[in-house]
Amino acid sequence: MLNMTYEEISNKAQTEWEALQKSNHVLIGTATCGRAAGALDVVDAFNKELARHSLEVPVVQVGCAGLCYADPFVTISKPDSLRVAYANITTENIRRLVEGYVVGDDPCLELALGTVEGGDGETIAIPELPRFDRELRLIMRHCGYIDPENINHYIANGGYSGLDRALRITPQEIIEELKKSGLRGRGGAGFSTYKKWDLCRKDRNTPKYVICNADEGDPGAFMDRVVLESDPHQVIEGMIIAGYTIGAEQGYIYVRAEYPLAIERIQTALKQAEELGLLGDNILGGDFGFHIDIAAGAGAFISGEETALIAAVEGRMSTPRPRPPYPAEIGLWNKPSLLNNVKTFAYVPLVIERGGDWFALIGTEASKGTAVFTLAGKVANSGLAEVPMGTTLRELIYDIGGGINKDRQFKAVQIGGPSGGCLPESLLDVPIDYDSLREAGSMMGSGGMIVMDDDNCMVDAARFFLDFSTKESCGLCTMCRLGTFQMLNILEDITAGRGKIEDIDVLLLLAEDVKMGSLCGLGKTAPNPVITTLRYFRDEYEAHILEKRCPARVCPELTVYYILPDKCDRACEHCVLTCPTEAIKGGKGEVKIIDQEKCSKCGTCLEVCPPEYNAVVKISPISLLPSSNLSEKRAKK
Amino acid sequence: MITEEQASQAVDEILSSHKKEKKNLIPLLQQVQASLGYLPKEGMQKIAGFLEMPEVEVWGVATFYNQFRFAPLGKHHTVACMGTACHLAGGKLILDALERELDIKVGQTTDDGNFSLERVACIGCCMLAPVIVMGDKIYPKMTPFKVEEALVPYKQEQQSEKG
Repeated sequence: MLNMTYEEISNKAQTEWEALQKSNHVLIGTATCGRAAGALDVVDAFNKELARHSLEVPVVQVGCAGLCYADPFVTISKPDSLRVAYANITTENIRRLVEGYVVGDDPCLELALGTVEGGDGETIAIPELPRFDRELRLIMRHCGYIDPENINHYIANGGYSGLDRALRITPQEIIEELKKSGLRGRGGAGFSTYKKWDLCRKDRNTPKYVICNADEGDPGAFMDRVVLESDPHQVIEGMIIAGYTIGAEQGYIYVRAEYPLAIERIQTALKQAEELGLLGDNILGGDFGFHIDIAAGAGAFISGEETALIAAVEGRMSTPRPRPPYPAEIGLWNKPSLLNNVKTFAYVPLVIERGGDWFALIGTEASKGTAVFTLAGKVANSGLAEVPMGTTLRELIYDIGGGINKDRQFKAVQIGGPSGGCLPESLLDVPIDYDSLREAGSMMGSGGMIVMDDDNCMVDAARFFLDFSTKESCGLCTMCRLGTFQMLNILEDITAGRGKIEDIDVLLLLAEDVKMGSLCGLGKTAPNPVITTLRYFRDEYEAHILEKRCPARVCPELTVYYILPDKCDRACEHCVLTCPTEAIKGGKGEVKIIDQEKCSKCGTCLEVCPPEYNAVVKISPISLLPSSNLSEKRAKK
Repeated sequence: MITEEQASQAVDEILSSHKKEKKNLIPLLQQVQASLGYLPKEGMQKIAGFLEMPEVEVWGVATFYNQFRFAPLGKHHTVACMGTACHLAGGKLILDALERELDIKVGQTTDDGNFSLERVACIGCCMLAPVIVMGDKIYPKMTPFKVEEALVPYKQEQQSEKG
């Protein structure tokens, strides 16, 4: 361990950072989302092309800038010219970019997304994109801009100065800053952060533990993954400050196993922090010591519940227990344990560095700061966004997310994963904060937002979420284990056209029972998707039950594929040749007919039918299918 | 295929680098699975003996978590993402297509040991939905037809090996 003061560490980092800024360099987003889009191939291709030109231009792998729809996302930075961001770059574009902008002065506008402004203490923004007017990036301020595997990048941008300040003030003063900030937990429930910390600090029982909950299990939510993959040090710094405040010497980061890259990047970050004396014994030369270990999850949604998470870290089955006592008093190995979400810890260094009063200026009266959301589903620009609390859903979906895909109609937005609810168009002006979303029947959750359009069936969506909760129920509480199962059975009947109108009342009754009869958040919130879809989209349930019709034409038992005879170009055979079950009949020069007995409803014919014909349609209810189609009869040209 | 003896050796090696603490149970199971591809019964028994806990407790923990498998995977392990975004974009059709094309159900391995199929809750690549993962490669924006196409190289490889 090097024995350096923060100032020395910071100066050294600054020197390295400035050297990079003074040279031409390339930034490529290689978080999991970037990799999925082929970013590692792009990195290779860049290195090869640069070598071919004998150029020593560093290619820096950075995290995710939140613009996942633009992946692979590349920025070319030239100290004496504009910094330009490029979207959806493939290996085929590399030569053009290197010869055009790295070597020459042509910014390759046909590939560019915009210019990148900010940096050096200011948040990065692309002014050409209107979303940056709406966004306020605090914990995402470095994402996609610094190398997450190089601690000096973080330090040069002000990193660990919050820790340096924290160690110079008393734990009581840190609690005061947190109190002034109004910061609430970002895991979903929104409990006041300073209260939790103070409870833990005052407990005389030792040793104490700090635990970071990175078990981001909601399908469709990946904010924590992006933060850990793009800027892991802010989370580590927040945890060290927490350790100092409550008097703990050991911390754990519980990360789900499905995030191997996040685990790898945290490991690297921990090692680098230890090497610089920012973590370990005698942090920054003082008396305080703190250690962090990673506990890799083994794939259980319930582990996100704090008492279940503690059980998992202890090596047991991840089942919750009644609260109180809360983990702040009786937690890991029955010792006081401070559990916070990834994002909550990430805000802490900023609050300490800039002050609680500064933080409290952002957001609404009761919900301070920013909210980080993932936008996915039927939204044009999917990815991450960080907005001040109080921003409306409409602003988030339309101004930042770019609205709905193609020419479809907005139907609903699902917030908070399997625990949240589906909100309709009429509630799009609800501001995003803990209390407004709860009133609307949804919840902040951990921040996953899925947009649905008129191609999505709300009954099917409710069934999907309930199926998830049923599978992930730990089995401890009868109502959660069996109640959700009964609800799922009913929903399956409805989507298959076997529903009865009384089922709706039974569903609502069961929903209340499951909420009442469950110990933890999983069971207490599992019925939410059913309750909200019934509240806002009851007509869809009734269509399934009374008319055997799926309005979105999604539920396979209520939908058939049909080839419109007058639109079918008789010489084309795309559907016949690609149908996996050989259900489409009719040789060349004949109108194609789908044999409904054989059809597996995979949708391939709809996909391959040339757009100029568009002859394949979905029909619901099935009774609308022309009777001629049910027989073997062929229509000769 | 690794022999029973090799498997046993691998487990012993993993055990030797850990302390006899109960909190190491899940990391031990994870490492054995990472090394062998699944959790053989003998391996779990050894872990139970090492940590001095009842075998049933190890079995309970191993079966509780989704990550653990009790049979070897196929050479090409295929994962279909069933997260929300993937579901809304037709993920079920993709899973159906995989089951049809590989002629196995979720959780099974083909008789020749070449393919296995699994569903996961979400891999966090929602903007590319629906996705499947084969080995380390992520296939974005799948359709039933693209599933067929994606499998062609693997099936060809299998053919050429036979021939």
